[in-house]
Amino acid sequence: MSDLSEAAQQRLIARLAGELRPVTVLPSPWKRAALWLGAALWFGLFLSIFANFQMLRVRLLSTPDMGIAELGAVLTAMLAAVAAFQTSVPGRSAHWAWLPAPAVLLWLGASTVGCLRLGPIPGTEPESPMHPAVCAWFLLMVSLPMAFLLMLMLLRACPLRPALTASLGGLASAAAAAALLTLIHPFDATAEDLVVHLAAVIAAVLATRVLGARRMGLDPSLRAR
Amino acid sequence: MSATLAIATFDGFRPGPRLWHMGAMKDEVQNRGLPVLMAAAQAGDRAAYQAVLRACVPVAAAAARRQGHAPDAVDDVVQEVLITVHRALATYDPSRPFGPWLHAIANRRAVDAWRRHGRAGGREVHDPEAYLAHADSGPDADAQTDAGFQSDALRAAVARLPAGQREAIELIGLAEKSLDEAAAVTGRSKGALKVNFHRALKALRTLMVQGGDV
Repeated sequence: MSDLSEAAQQRLIARLAGELRPVTVLPSPWKRAALWLGAALWFGLFLSIFANFQMLRVRLLSTPDMGIAELGAVLTAMLAAVAAFQTSVPGRSAHWAWLPAPAVLLWLGASTVGCLRLGPIPGTEPESPMHPAVCAWFLLMVSLPMAFLLMLMLLRACPLRPALTASLGGLASAAAAAALLTLIHPFDATAEDLVVHLAAVIAAVLATRVLGARRMGLDPSLRAR
Repeated sequence: MSATLAIATFDGFRPGPRLWHMGAMKDEVQNRGLPVLMAAAQAGDRAAYQAVLRACVPVAAAAARRQGHAPDAVDDVVQEVLITVHRALATYDPSRPFGPWLHAIANRRAVDAWRRHGRAGGREVHDPEAYLAHADSGPDADAQTDAGFQSDALRAAVARLPAGQREAIELIGLAEKSLDEAAAVTGRSKGALKVNFHRALKALRTLMVQGGDV
């Protein structure tokens, strides 16, 4: 190493030490994931005002696959949130990203089975032509604010793989939105529904990945000095 | 286990020789251990923080070299690692080992440097001849040289003028003084200065037209 580069390093070290402020050690990824899931739960409680629990009970009892799909969505939201917070901390394995995989398979599998069913579910209403678009709109409008909150919490850490962490955050938010959608979703799922839901989930994940990963990169103002 | 032994063996992490040459720093690191120093840095202890950052340098450089970076790129990776350590300070849990935390940052930044290098390689072309042949947007070198020669010729022509004319051209033409100011400086009348100035211009015109003889 040349004297010049060593001098530059010493200057950088002195500058970083000069900028040092006391910091609070971040809570563990588990705690932070629980905090975010708590916020999602509060949102679910708010939405439950508009839910018809009588109809929901009839639907879940008559079609167990819908209950399994709901369980898969909830588990995906929880496990993807844990994985996002784990991968946001340096030194934690990238293999955490596989954590939500079984739940995603459960969610998608059960949803697909629901689409293959013939005949309407007791207690459901006829679907309007605009229904898939309304569902997609709901998924995006619910998942993006939750993804925004999650990104704010993730930004306090220092994700070394911003794209991976942001994608997991997007998946957690989209799965949480899909789980909440069931509360106010008085229709049987069709193949068209599934495709639209899947497209909305992918759009939410991609939007979070693109915006989140860019924001999670190194602070340009710090780099430029 | 003593603090010295603890730091020498934890996670296989050893501060490099450069660190051990730093007298007080050496004692500081030996006595307290990096996890302890990191905890102190998180509390705002700048001396402890400097010790930690210095201990990160050899680890970052080794990670960059392992990834096959050239020596100048190694310095860039080291700087990126130090900045990332600064940003990620709050994410370190003092109850966990320091080594994996630092190694993850160092390895990641070394890989990121290759990615940036690859992206730059896709956008930029290495063509030293085109670079050398590219015309400079500044003044033409020939024109600058000509201007220099003309300036020398004019100076030589002024030197060949009679004393009165030379004085008039230097004060009124080159120093841009008014007739009143020039008269005050030389003690001559304004009329005499005006005559000398016009004769000097005429003589210079003749001398400059003669060109290389001057």
